[in-house]
Amino acid sequence: MTVELRAVTRSVGGEVHIHETSLALKPGGFNILLGATGAGKTTLMKLMAGLDRPTTGRVFMDGRDVTDVAPQKRGVSFVHQFFINYPTMSVFDNIASPLRVAGLSKADIETRVGRAAEILRLTPMLKRRPAELSGGQQQRTAIARAIVKDAGLVLLDEPLANLDYKLREELRDQLPAIFADRGATVVYATSEPSEALLLGGHTATVDAGRITQFGPTPQVYRDPGNLATAGVFSDPPINVAAAVKSGDRVTLDGGLTWSAEGAAARLPDGRYHFAIRPHHVSPEGGTGVPVTGQVLITELSGSESVAHFALGPATWVAQSPGVHPWRVGEPHAFRIDTARGFWFDDNGRRVA
Amino acid sequence: MDGLRFLPRRFWIALIPILYIAFLLLPIWWLISMSFKTTNEILGGFSLFPQTWTIENYMVIFTDPTWYSGYINSITYVVLNTVLSLAVALPAAYAFSRYRFTGDKHLFFWLLTNRMAPPAVFALPFFQLYSAVGLFDTPLAVALAHCLFNIPLAVWILEGFMSSVPKELDETAYVDGYSFPRFFVTIFLPNIKAGVGVAAFFCFMFSWVEMLLAKTLTAVHAKPIVATMTRTASTSGYELGLLAAAGVLTIIPGAIVIWFVRNYIAKGFALGRV
Repeated sequence: MTVELRAVTRSVGGEVHIHETSLALKPGGFNILLGATGAGKTTLMKLMAGLDRPTTGRVFMDGRDVTDVAPQKRGVSFVHQFFINYPTMSVFDNIASPLRVAGLSKADIETRVGRAAEILRLTPMLKRRPAELSGGQQQRTAIARAIVKDAGLVLLDEPLANLDYKLREELRDQLPAIFADRGATVVYATSEPSEALLLGGHTATVDAGRITQFGPTPQVYRDPGNLATAGVFSDPPINVAAAVKSGDRVTLDGGLTWSAEGAAARLPDGRYHFAIRPHHVSPEGGTGVPVTGQVLITELSGSESVAHFALGPATWVAQSPGVHPWRVGEPHAFRIDTARGFWFDDNGRRVA
Repeated sequence: MDGLRFLPRRFWIALIPILYIAFLLLPIWWLISMSFKTTNEILGGFSLFPQTWTIENYMVIFTDPTWYSGYINSITYVVLNTVLSLAVALPAAYAFSRYRFTGDKHLFFWLLTNRMAPPAVFALPFFQLYSAVGLFDTPLAVALAHCLFNIPLAVWILEGFMSSVPKELDETAYVDGYSFPRFFVTIFLPNIKAGVGVAAFFCFMFSWVEMLLAKTLTAVHAKPIVATMTRTASTSGYELGLLAAAGVLTIIPGAIVIWFVRNYIAKGFALGRV
């Protein structure tokens, strides 16, 4: 199914939730909405589902204007972040409910529910109530209900956010496979950049009620077109500093200076924003411009170390594999691989 | 104190609630005991148990239409009121729970203020209004009058129960293809059935015990049992045993209804907000 938002906005009580946004989803593929909590991902999905009406603008599905079409008639599925099932129905009845409403025959319903339950490994739980299931099983029930009716558009709103780590990884691996041969257009909202990269497909970055960029996920990651996209698509948060270019030298706010290289060398003189991902800031021994900063916080996440250190007026973040002997409160040497940085103009547009 | 040692400590701890419960039950016991006595015995002296058991009082109530029609009238308007109150309160509570609109909070609070005035205040306007439109002395008159304080209460209770159901459940149902009425009846109502039960119980209870409006708005045809029961003397003089029997029978419906909602009453008193 093709889904298109044309210049939609959404305001509630004078408060703008979605600024004018146009978006044509990649039909039959995984479309990821990546953004922080409250950025407007859920609102965008509700606009697609018909649960919210755009204040202005139109919504198109398969070329047809569906702005005034009720969610019941749009042929969409929706999985919420919180495990939403019908508590008074068994798992079987939960999964069967869209088919019952659609008026399918009893035999038909049984085969389709059986198939969906098998894919999501719910077969032994079909007779139980949702409250008797674990969180992962509850969410799998919701996903089964979403796939059983073969909707053209499946909206998954942070479906794994409330699951524990192990279940999340397991389900995340299964999800693309579940939808791969269904031909459904899938929209998947997440606040985690790593999840977007793992799922692949296309990504739209959402920031403060705007879609800042849309394209194939690796491309959006490698080539952010603006500062907002670079900020959304980085975890830990991307390092940003005001910079001045003059001749062949660039100087960061705070005094750090080096000679401009690559595309940055061709920029006209003036004020810019320099942004660089934390994993391009490495401890002593890496490549790039050497700096020394006082370490403020250190974290160990999995096999990676993260250090927050003071550099000029800002706090910078360095991320590198392995465990490092950083000590909080002491100065340590880092290297900034400036050639990997992004340059943005004063309006946040990418220039190099 | 030495003499009391032979009783275990647990006995002394249990004694206090036992005394308290006995104290609470005393008037009810007295009523039951009276209902099985003859009027002469009641007036004659003090006795914990009836000297001569009689079911004469109950026989009179079950055979004399002036008595049993009181129960029929009361049950009629109480049931009518409960159905009316729920029918109005369910959609109202859903609106308050799911939609934001101008003045919703004020309106919601205003509803409850209807309970703050004594029913006596409304006796006169209701009496005059119902007389004018020909509703006077009908069960419907009392049922409608009781809606005045039962609908707000039902709205408050149901709103609490409804708001504990996530809005995403509604959205999931719409996306699954449920129309609003079908969703409301087959998915939403079963989810809040405890709340509906508690709201129905409170409507039933308040309508059942309310006397002033029920008495004022009826004369002969729709006379409620509370009106029949509270006349102290009749043409045949004092009938205390009969009145006691009527009292016992009046307690029973409430006791039956409370049994069904016993597990949810606390949540009901908290207006569904536990």
